[in-house]
Amino acid sequence: MARASAKPKKADSGVRSITVNINGVDYRREVEPRLLLVHFIRDVAGLTGTHVGCETSNCGACTVLFNGKSIKSCTALAVQADGARVETIEGLTHGGALHPIQRAFWDNHGLQCGFCTPGMIMQAYWMLKENPNPTDDEIKLGLSGNLCRCTGYQNIITSVRAAAKEMRK
Amino acid sequence: MVPRKFEYFAPRSVRDATALLKKYGSDAKVLSGGMSLLPVMKLRLGSPAYIVDINRIPGMEYIKSQAGNVLIGARTRHHAIESSKLIKDKAFLLSECAATIGDPQIRNMGTMGGSLSHCDPSGDWGAAVIALRGSLRIKGPSKERTMKIDDFLVDTFTSALRPTELLIEISIPIPPPGSGGAYVKLERRTGDFATVAVGAQVGIDRSGACTYAGIGLTALGSKNLRAAKAEAALLGKPLTARVIEEAAMAASEDAQPSSDPLRGSADYKREMAKVYTRRGLQLAVSRAKGGVR
Repeated sequence: MARASAKPKKADSGVRSITVNINGVDYRREVEPRLLLVHFIRDVAGLTGTHVGCETSNCGACTVLFNGKSIKSCTALAVQADGARVETIEGLTHGGALHPIQRAFWDNHGLQCGFCTPGMIMQAYWMLKENPNPTDDEIKLGLSGNLCRCTGYQNIITSVRAAAKEMRK
Repeated sequence: MVPRKFEYFAPRSVRDATALLKKYGSDAKVLSGGMSLLPVMKLRLGSPAYIVDINRIPGMEYIKSQAGNVLIGARTRHHAIESSKLIKDKAFLLSECAATIGDPQIRNMGTMGGSLSHCDPSGDWGAAVIALRGSLRIKGPSKERTMKIDDFLVDTFTSALRPTELLIEISIPIPPPGSGGAYVKLERRTGDFATVAVGAQVGIDRSGACTYAGIGLTALGSKNLRAAKAEAALLGKPLTARVIEEAAMAASEDAQPSSDPLRGSADYKREMAKVYTRRGLQLAVSRAKGGVR
């Protein structure tokens, strides 16, 4: 997990200078050690696609990839990500073209209000890297850390299945 | 939800980490996966003044087979254990246990050593390691010691670790051929803490007699418990449906559940201890016969 290039420097105030690479861009800031990663992403880097839902590691709306693995960014400290590589929903789109998972959610009506969607998509993105051809049961288990309050999940599962098929082409 | 202020250290060696623990004693907390510690700090149920983040110490995440044991670095993530071929081949129970913990994101971050050190009676690893009779390697500022799992788990949120010590490795004796194990869990929904869970490991000789019995209980007492009466009910006997039922009954006596408003009464949990011990043993026996360790 540790990919630190620069040793975190401790300042007198307890504030630390950290560099976090988000979607290929380095963000260097002075932060309090208690700052959560999700707030670094949203408030420091200004990437508000990552949502804050429950704040108690239940809902998964804040899911991002941390050195290639999906985590809930409300339950990690920004200082832990010093030197790390973070991927958020904004990183999936290249030159305005939607990622196949984003496209599949669009095509299959995999969302209603959309609040949970960035987390769902980031978790699906990690799951499909691990298992490019999941069964419906594997999709359900893979998304068991992400809550949706409106769709009833069926279209989310359909979306992930469709994305998996598209991505295997 | 933001934790109270704390001072943060990210040591680069176990030695530096234990030196910090020695300096700050019980005012310091070790941050491994943080899947219990960070929620506790965010909800301000606890506010340690010093955080010793061990995630930058190299060489604490590994799974290897050595001299008849599977050795697991204490900071190994649940997901690494869940997906390890070595674990599936040598100690399937651990793989099955890992897959039941939390949800995928939590398993990507949470660690086996962190979970064991946290000593939550609803934690899964304690029961799994009890069933396999594992031991733990612990390092302090000046010396190292090894401890059996039964001695390590002391009480709710209380391990035998001194404030200056760090759990660094879990050692699991590889079950011999003719062994089988299972970890079975009752939960209100996927990803919830166990209502009850049981880790069961058996060994069977050529005559069909039980040569090894290990049964660990989750969420059935003030800590993960060994179902000693249930184990005794199996040893030396052929593992018939009747013997398994007797052991399951004994496990419900070994259990010391308490009622809680979310997951049911003590009586219900005692009954479920029986049901899940029976199911765990049935699976373990079928796997022993089918060549899954």
